[in-house]
Amino acid sequence: MKSIALKFILFALVMAAFSACGSDSNAGAPASKPKPKSMLADEPDPMNDKGIGPVTEVKLDPEVDQELAAKGKEIYEKMCTACHKPEEKFIGPPQKGVLERRTPEWVMNMILNPEQMVKEDPIAKKLLMEYNGSPMANQNLTEEEARAVLEYFRTL
Amino acid sequence: MKYLSSLLATTGLVVFFFILSGCNQSGQQSGALSSDVASQVYVPPGQYDEFYAIVSGGFSGQLSVYGLPSGRLFRVIPVFSVDPEKGYGFNEETKPMLNTSHGFVPWDDAHHPELSQTNGETDGRWVFINGNNTPRVARVSLKTFETEDIIELPNSGGNHSSPFTTENTEYVVAGTRFSVPIPQKDVEIASYAENFKGALSFIKVDPETGHMSIAFQVLMPGFDYDLAHAGKNNSHGWMFFTSYNTEEQNSLLEVNASQNDKDFIAAINWKKAEEYLAQGKFKELPTSYVHNYWDEEKQMAVSETINSVKVLDPSECPDMVYFLPTPKSPHGCDVDPTGEYIVGAGKLSTDLTVHSFTKMLKAIDEKNFDGDRYGIPVLNYDATVAGVVKEGGLGPLHTEFDGKGYAYTSFFISSEVTKWKIGTWEVVDRIPTYYSIGHLMIPGGDTKKPDGKYLVALNKITKDRFLPTGPELCQSAQLIDISGDKMKLLLDFPTVGEPHYAQGIAASKVVPNSKQFYKLSENKHPYMTPSEKDGRVERKGNEVHVYMTCIRSHFAPDNIEGIKVGDKVYFHVTNLEQDFDVPHGFAVLGAQNAELLIMPGQTETLLWEPKNEGVIPFYCTDFCSALHQEMQGYVRVSARNANTALRWWTGANPEM
Repeated sequence: MKSIALKFILFALVMAAFSACGSDSNAGAPASKPKPKSMLADEPDPMNDKGIGPVTEVKLDPEVDQELAAKGKEIYEKMCTACHKPEEKFIGPPQKGVLERRTPEWVMNMILNPEQMVKEDPIAKKLLMEYNGSPMANQNLTEEEARAVLEYFRTL
Repeated sequence: MKYLSSLLATTGLVVFFFILSGCNQSGQQSGALSSDVASQVYVPPGQYDEFYAIVSGGFSGQLSVYGLPSGRLFRVIPVFSVDPEKGYGFNEETKPMLNTSHGFVPWDDAHHPELSQTNGETDGRWVFINGNNTPRVARVSLKTFETEDIIELPNSGGNHSSPFTTENTEYVVAGTRFSVPIPQKDVEIASYAENFKGALSFIKVDPETGHMSIAFQVLMPGFDYDLAHAGKNNSHGWMFFTSYNTEEQNSLLEVNASQNDKDFIAAINWKKAEEYLAQGKFKELPTSYVHNYWDEEKQMAVSETINSVKVLDPSECPDMVYFLPTPKSPHGCDVDPTGEYIVGAGKLSTDLTVHSFTKMLKAIDEKNFDGDRYGIPVLNYDATVAGVVKEGGLGPLHTEFDGKGYAYTSFFISSEVTKWKIGTWEVVDRIPTYYSIGHLMIPGGDTKKPDGKYLVALNKITKDRFLPTGPELCQSAQLIDISGDKMKLLLDFPTVGEPHYAQGIAASKVVPNSKQFYKLSENKHPYMTPSEKDGRVERKGNEVHVYMTCIRSHFAPDNIEGIKVGDKVYFHVTNLEQDFDVPHGFAVLGAQNAELLIMPGQTETLLWEPKNEGVIPFYCTDFCSALHQEMQGYVRVSARNANTALRWWTGANPEM
């Protein structure tokens, strides 16, 4: 009886040893801590949300730069119209009046850094679900191109 | 009770130490099953391997790409064989890549990958590989991991001693295994000795574009040319080919070609050949062979036929070719990192013969010859040999180098790798392989700068090593640690097809150049659709061209009417995505070829010939987004003589 108990204790200790090693070897893997958040509670005033990405400040001249806007229109038509229409909902939302709803920084970050935006920016996250999980494609525009597209949105 | 608790305490202490030692093994004294070996090949999830291994697929005709040390398979690159998964050889863009003088050839037997080199080191630009059966050489880009160039070899039988490169990829060589009548003609097989010749082709590689062209061929006696390697440093300018069947037999070679005590390593002075070429000492032989290359702008393969080749006859070009007698049907022909030693592996013996380049030059200088064959001087054996590696094992095949003064040779019959010291020729270590090793590979192991950390054994037979899968079992690779004095087996992993040779390269030489997507603005495909509004359908007689776009997650147009039975419908699908890792697939019911798999920014074309009336669906095959399952469309097929209007749309139905 005694020896059976001993064997059992030994077995348990060995098992503990293995699991100790096991957790050791996992120590290198980054522990992901999902942070459950209320979307609404976190949602800032959209006109204060600059989004997440390379663009931190955009200064808009009161006058629309027509030449830049024309360039932006060309880029928009080539790279964006598979999913967007300026004045109506399509695969994604329309752009008409977008600067009354969003900051210029947010718009450019959504163009330049959509993967992180739809994961982390509360407004973009909500939009992703509103549009059935259809991803905002990263069309790899340069910052200059995205700026031109933004100028075009001002003319809509 | 007291006794029990003290016993428990002692036991606990012992177990505690056991835990410590178990968790912190030093790794020196352990065998193949211990955990330190596992940690040597363990690449944690999300991390990169240190090396790429590029492994031939043998009779699969493909190349596969693995990581080392993990042995994880990343990609199978279709080269000489069609691949429905990628549409290779099925879509209109890649079909010309498999064109030959015999027409479309959808398969080959691919043996030897060889990386491009600069200054005798791997440079990460390209990998070349030979097609053995219908003689060809291919060039694969390491930016896109796709086949960019295939050149056919005229006057050749099996292209086996190929495609070995010179120090700066000036040439890639292609020596014929089977000698054949040149030019091909209807003669008695028994007229072998009279009519058959062996062509050794020197393929020029354009240093900018990589495009291949045959610079010249050396017309050699009708032996079988087996393997090759280029000289290095002082021996740069020479190429060495092993040969067998110097008996010039044409039947039952297994006996008849094993008669001579010594066959030859042919030493070709290609710089001399260049001089003869410049002097016009070549013959221009009429022939017909095909060169196929990828037009990067138009994103399609182009096939062209070439009608002549320059040949040099060694008997008319003195000082260009010499024979080094080498015992017992030498197979591997390997040159050490310094370029001084040329190792011939006499596959029917137990020994390796090592020739010295310096001694070879001296023998040539002193005209120390043992007669000639067809006007090619045969050098005196004793005058060129630097040493013999004795009793290395049974059936030596191939040798690679670690850059630290040691060489490693595979032995097929005795299933082992033997490590020996260059200069003393003594065997210092050996390790069994499971089973029947052919080639072996050390990353950079055939260059001036080997990375002497790992060796990969490429095995023909696996028998009991993996779970059985019916009569056909996998072939395998085995990873061996060669960083210490003793070789240590780390890992077995199965391979795609039969791995003949392989190449390895540090990931850091390849990763920064890897292409992520094609720029739409650079896409000059003649059937490219730049944006959705340009999508359309055009009819030219019974040929219908669909200009279609795709993006997550729809095609445009996705509804098409007015197609008729008997039409040849070409779907030209442009992927409008401009991001990493977003290909789209395209498949249509009843297509008799395959799917398309279109990389971001590319255009690919599928030919579809509907046989019956109806409304036929098509869809995206490569999971692209949460709405991938919605990525679909319809084609309405009407009778041959119907007058259904040609219409197309995406989204709202048109006015009825």
